[in-house]
Amino acid sequence: MSTPHTTSPAREQSPPAGDSAPAVAAAHIEKIFPTSGGEVHALSDISLSVRPGEFVSLIGPSGCGKSTLMRLIADLDQPSSGELQVFGKDARQARRDQDYGIAFQKAGLLPWRTVSDNIGLPLQLHGVSSAQRKARVQGLLEMVSLEDFGDHHPDQLSGGMQQRVAIARSLAEKPRLLLMDEPFGALDEMTRERMQTELLRICTETGASVVFVTHSIPEAVYLSDRVVVMSPRPGRISEVVDMELEDPAARGDDLREDASYFRMITAVREALHGGAPSGRGVETR
Amino acid sequence: MTAAPSTPNTGLFSRTGPPGSRATWLWGVIGILLLLLLWEGYKAIGPEAGVVLGDTRLLPRTSDLAMPHTWDMVTRLFEGETQARNASPLWVTVVSASAFTLGIAAAGWLAGVVVGVGLALVMLRWKIAEWALLPWIVLSQTVPIIAFAPVVRSWGAQLELGPIQWEGWMSVALIASWLAFFPIAVGALKGLQSPETAHVELMHTYSVGWWTTLLRLRLPAAVPYLLAALRLGAANAVIGAVVAEISTGQRGGIGRLLIQFAGQASSDPAKAWGPIFGAVALGLVAAGSVAMLGVILSKYRRTEEK
Ligand SMILES: Nc1ncnc2c1ncn2[C@@H]1O[C@H](COP(=O)(O)OP(=O)(O)O)[C@@H](O)[C@H]1O
Ligand SMILES: [Mg+2]
Repeated sequence: MSTPHTTSPAREQSPPAGDSAPAVAAAHIEKIFPTSGGEVHALSDISLSVRPGEFVSLIGPSGCGKSTLMRLIADLDQPSSGELQVFGKDARQARRDQDYGIAFQKAGLLPWRTVSDNIGLPLQLHGVSSAQRKARVQGLLEMVSLEDFGDHHPDQLSGGMQQRVAIARSLAEKPRLLLMDEPFGALDEMTRERMQTELLRICTETGASVVFVTHSIPEAVYLSDRVVVMSPRPGRISEVVDMELEDPAARGDDLREDASYFRMITAVREALHGGAPSGRGVETR
Repeated sequence: MTAAPSTPNTGLFSRTGPPGSRATWLWGVIGILLLLLLWEGYKAIGPEAGVVLGDTRLLPRTSDLAMPHTWDMVTRLFEGETQARNASPLWVTVVSASAFTLGIAAAGWLAGVVVGVGLALVMLRWKIAEWALLPWIVLSQTVPIIAFAPVVRSWGAQLELGPIQWEGWMSVALIASWLAFFPIAVGALKGLQSPETAHVELMHTYSVGWWTTLLRLRLPAAVPYLLAALRLGAANAVIGAVVAEISTGQRGGIGRLLIQFAGQASSDPAKAWGPIFGAVALGLVAAGSVAMLGVILSKYRRTEEK
């Protein structure tokens, strides 16, 4: 068994929501689903800390618990045991305080609302005045290059555009943390690469931390400060790979042809497929 | 209850297509023409005594008494209701009786909407209420309420509601609402439960309460189901009102007219068709009104994909 190289959890050092608190601090999280066919051990001993402003990707085969971990952070489900804090608060409080925005694989737009109204939904629900809302939505439409589509309905948009609307919606309240579960999974390769570059730009602009689930090694490498490699049955963190690349703010399409980029892809691939007893060859610190 | 797919598969209530499209009208006209052709065709070539097998009559006699010409039925509408010199044209009588029945059916329908949607909300809010109520709601429709119509009327007559006097039409409306509330309750519940898990969880991440989720997610999502349910409810209310008029002996409506003119059919066969046309028009107006509602609410009938 390889020793998981994880960042030490911020168990003791959890001050009341300050700027210094990690965006996500998970310590020894276990998640067990009781099902009719017996118990499913979805997550085992997950310890992970995400710094403010950090971009962390989760990668691993299907069923290794990536989505489950995201749902725990989003307080859509609760851990069976272990401690989970978001900005120094428990996940429930962080949800109440609207500390995060989410975007999942399916855009999940409300079909009867226009693009603008979909983006403005969280603002409307939280009582932002319609004048302020309009201004904010306009800015977000520009951010995702959909200025001309504000009055369209979701069924009039392509999958990529819908996904951009969902991302704009997740950014509407300027969350300090973005939770994204395969947000580009349904997009074609070209759109996907453009969206990745856009996402990096947006994160640089807003300074948000991101926890990002993906199946794509290049995507994880291109976007992340760190890539968390997970393995299934039970879902656990097998390695954390630091991306020794230029600062995400400075990354652009030319990185995709850079030698350092390919080196990191290889490192993640080996961590992922290797699963070798001695975690060979991947320098993770 | 698991989440329904995003495109409303309304099952029992699946006719959610736009009712105003050109093809719909075309097929409607073709249908009517075919019916006319069939009627007049059989009348022209069918045997005078009808088709009889053993003791069973399979097809009616083709005499003018049993099967008046379609044009006679129509022209009869513009002749006087009775032989009297000052009698108003038949169509006036039919229209005013239809309007009377429509009013009662609308009242019953509205009561059915209030009760049906109210029950759906209660069942949505409390799972236990769904267990407790749904079987009774289904059972309620097995009560042959039409058979009890005279009883309902006499109970109503004994009611003391302060200054309000229980009137005959109220019994009719009550029976109409009894038939209308069922599809509305079932359809509304299905619609309110239709949002996908992803959408419900999205509202959860926004930390909003039950009422806000209802207003911003569940009600808009329920519109396609509700429209179908309201249309079924309207059809039931009309049928309920007409039949209840007949069985309670309520005067002034189309139900009464149907019976009365059928009794005169041996001397004036075309006249009996007047209230039949009236009843058909009544159903069309009721369905059309709900369809108008659908046009107003059309933006809620969109789905996420094309
Ligand atoms: N609600 C649930 N009930 C039972 N088992 C679940 C539930 N959610 C997830 N699982 C199981 O937990 C494991 C991890 O699932 P998931 O987090 O969706 O994996 P991933 O997103 O990495 O593909 C899977 O074996 C899955 O079947
Ligand atoms: Mg997943």
